[in-house]
Amino acid sequence: MSLFQFLNFNRRNTAPVARERLQVLLAHERAAVGHSDLVGVLREEILAVIAKHVSVDSDRVQVKMEKGEIVSTLEVDIEIPATASIRKAS
Amino acid sequence: MAKVIVVTSGKGGVGKTTSTAALGAALAQRGEKVAVVDFDVGLRNLDLVMGAERRVVYDLINVVQGDAKLAQALIRDKRLDTLFLLPASQTRDKDNLTAEGVATVMAELKQHFDWVVCDSPAGIERGATLAMRHADIAVVVTNPEVSSVRDSDRIIGLLDAKTERAEKGQRIEKHLLLTRYDPIRAERGDMLKVEDVLEILSIPLLGIIPESPDVLRASNLGTPVTLVESAPSSAYRDAARRLAGESIPITVPGEKRGLFGKLFGRRAA
Repeated sequence: MSLFQFLNFNRRNTAPVARERLQVLLAHERAAVGHSDLVGVLREEILAVIAKHVSVDSDRVQVKMEKGEIVSTLEVDIEIPATASIRKAS
Repeated sequence: MAKVIVVTSGKGGVGKTTSTAALGAALAQRGEKVAVVDFDVGLRNLDLVMGAERRVVYDLINVVQGDAKLAQALIRDKRLDTLFLLPASQTRDKDNLTAEGVATVMAELKQHFDWVVCDSPAGIERGATLAMRHADIAVVVTNPEVSSVRDSDRIIGLLDAKTERAEKGQRIEKHLLLTRYDPIRAERGDMLKVEDVLEILSIPLLGIIPESPDVLRASNLGTPVTLVESAPSSAYRDAARRLAGESIPITVPGEKRGLFGKLFGRRAA
């Protein structure tokens, strides 16, 4: 009972917390959704360039965009199997 | 020229179906011809909220597939001559709802009605995008609660990307309908305020529906909220008038005077 009263006494307004959490979250989510297409386009184009020289499995290409406060990083991870045939550049 | 409205939200349980029935009935009370269309295939409920559940013979999918004519599937409301319901299918697979089929039915509805109000299913899947596809106006139903606001933000993004108007480079009107609002809790700081939600979502406000036992009472009886006098009823009626282009100041029932001025300043439509 005393604990309940203590908590109640110290209870602060929760709505401002909700508001702030939403503002931070939605700023990130809006940016992420806006970029989702970009990642898809980059993935396709990078794959096309690689495929000109080495045959790779399209499932083995990972493109990730990491959004940061100051800089964002683009991570491209391509697995080239040891047996891949390397095409001669013309 | 018919106007197509989609009532949408992303999150379930925020009051899409209640709002569709209430706005549809309020528009029909003005003497305009209204069709309310349930897009929630497999989980239809608009028929129940409108009190027409025992009168359903054919549904949207029957019409889409050509098994029934539109006129056979439309159910005329028993209270309002100009209000019609096109129910969703309860048993069929939602894959039967094709984009082409929906386009045909919507075109036909637009010929016969002044307003077509589409009740969207929850979520962001095909059912929701089909419901919003042909809309001129979107009513985004939101509760003053974090998960609902987040989902509404997502739906606003979809409205700007997946509707026919957006694809043609035209503007789709988006309005916020804040439901289950409790001005006392908001004033105490325990609930997001109208201003908070408006600032976060940044779309114009269509109306504020107060939290009220009258909403449940109306659905218990199968009566659209607007047909019985109550606080949420007049809030919905005012929202419908704003949709129809009237300029009516937005008020929060039961709220202190001080905030009225602020809300007064915002344009409704």
